Amino acid sequence: MRPLPALRRLAARITGQGLVLFARAITAVHADWRGVGPSPRQRVYFANHVSNGDMPMIWSVLPHHLRLNTRPVAAADYWLKNRLRAFAGVEVFRAVLVDRRREARTDDPMAAILEALAEGSSLIIFPEGLRNQGPEPLQPFKSGLYNIAAARPDVELVPTWIANLNAVMPKGEVIPLPLMCSVIFGAPVALQEGEERGAFLTRAAAALLALRPEDAP
Amino acid sequence: MTPMMRDILLLALAVTAFLLFLTILGERMRKRRAQPDPAVEVFMTRVDSWWAMVVLFTLALIAGQWAVTLLFAVAAFAALREFYTYSVRTKADHLSLAMAFYLILPAQFLFVTFDLQRLLGVFIPVYVFLLLPFVSVLRGSTDRFLARVSETQWGLMIAVYCLSHVPALMLLDLPGYDGRGMLLIAFLVLVVQTGDLVDFYLGRRYGRRRIVPGLSAKTWEGAGFGLLAAALMGVALFWITPFNPLESAAMAALASACGQAGALVLRAIKRDRGLRDWSHLIPGQGGFLDQLDSVIFAAPAFFHLTRLWWLAT
Repeated sequence: MRPLPALRRLAARITGQGLVLFARAITAVHADWRGVGPSPRQRVYFANHVSNGDMPMIWSVLPHHLRLNTRPVAAADYWLKNRLRAFAGVEVFRAVLVDRRREARTDDPMAAILEALAEGSSLIIFPEGLRNQGPEPLQPFKSGLYNIAAARPDVELVPTWIANLNAVMPKGEVIPLPLMCSVIFGAPVALQEGEERGAFLTRAAAALLALRPEDAP
Repeated sequence: MTPMMRDILLLALAVTAFLLFLTILGERMRKRRAQPDPAVEVFMTRVDSWWAMVVLFTLALIAGQWAVTLLFAVAAFAALREFYTYSVRTKADHLSLAMAFYLILPAQFLFVTFDLQRLLGVFIPVYVFLLLPFVSVLRGSTDRFLARVSETQWGLMIAVYCLSHVPALMLLDLPGYDGRGMLLIAFLVLVVQTGDLVDFYLGRRYGRRRIVPGLSAKTWEGAGFGLLAAALMGVALFWITPFNPLESAAMAALASACGQAGALVLRAIKRDRGLRDWSHLIPGQGGFLDQLDSVIFAAPAFFHLTRLWWLAT
């Protein structure tokens, strides 16, 4: 990553801390390290995606020393739309930006992801791709997770369920409700010998869905 | 130093001494065991949380009425959040829930700040009760409608209306007790907590007959010990109240009785929702609703009984 001027870096840090405080004050967000501990191992946290707040939410519950080394993978068309988003996406979250337009893109998204992993960063990804607005709790996964698992077997793939966030701000509402959210980290999923793409993705999705609290509305 | 400030400091000293005793007791238990004992650790986390609460509460008492009101408004916000996180609601309730958090809750505590006792008493049980279902129905969804509006109203009654009666104790205009209402809050909290603690520790040891088998380990014997301890605490604290020692004991026992009943009711709600604790926000204690359950039920009763007592004497 390109080094940033000191002042902008400071502004990014302050914004980041502010976001963490805001998320904690409103949703009292709570990390449940059920299957793994908050250790500095290199990881890919793969999570369900219902709201634009998902990524900041995971980012907020990570302990500070892990957050410094964890980058979300996010859509370039969303995060580069205006200067404010570009500041948040690139400088606060240090997102790995990928182009989701299959036809128009020039860069291979997998290359950017693998490069970030090669630099030693942990990642946050949403394998459903788009936000889930249907009745199903989880949509089918895209292939990226499989490609990461195949290319980097040494990196832990941690299923990460974000609970209750869609109640805080359902689509179409402007006022967020202060309801409690939690982020649940499950046991890592690894690619087994000879496992097919489809089978692996189904198994990973099942591991993620298994973390969902029973009382979820 | 005003007499009230003197009393606040005396009380704070006494409570600090008690917590110091508990802390030393816990540290000695820790030392005596070779392995860390989970029971001792839970006890110590609780004592730490009590320290935090006592320090915050004392600072608020010293800062003045506004700070005490603010403290309980923040607690009400946290309690309401815990309740609504697990209540029946759909997207159609979004606006009414937002109003509950951002308009009704602040309004209720502003009524306390500006001494609007009439409004304080009727705003939520009457006006909000009539208004919020209307706001919800405007969205057109009738799915589980009665359950949704009932639970929304219940949350407001428990977390906002009842809890606002704690700082409202400062508004009671009792003869010869001018401006000392803050001490009445300390009295209420201390006697209710004493009752709960004694019920918990003696009830577990000597209790035989459960009050609600299958719901709670609470026993009639434990409840009796709790009431007795609350009454004794009431006598010990009569000097900060407008009551004489006997009245103080009776008031303390009544408050503790309401509190213990309330704890059972909230426990039933928790059980219904499959929860062990309402949240994790107070280390060792669970959530705000877990911590405040007894005070929530005791506060309105204590408020009205104190007023009645004044009318009767």
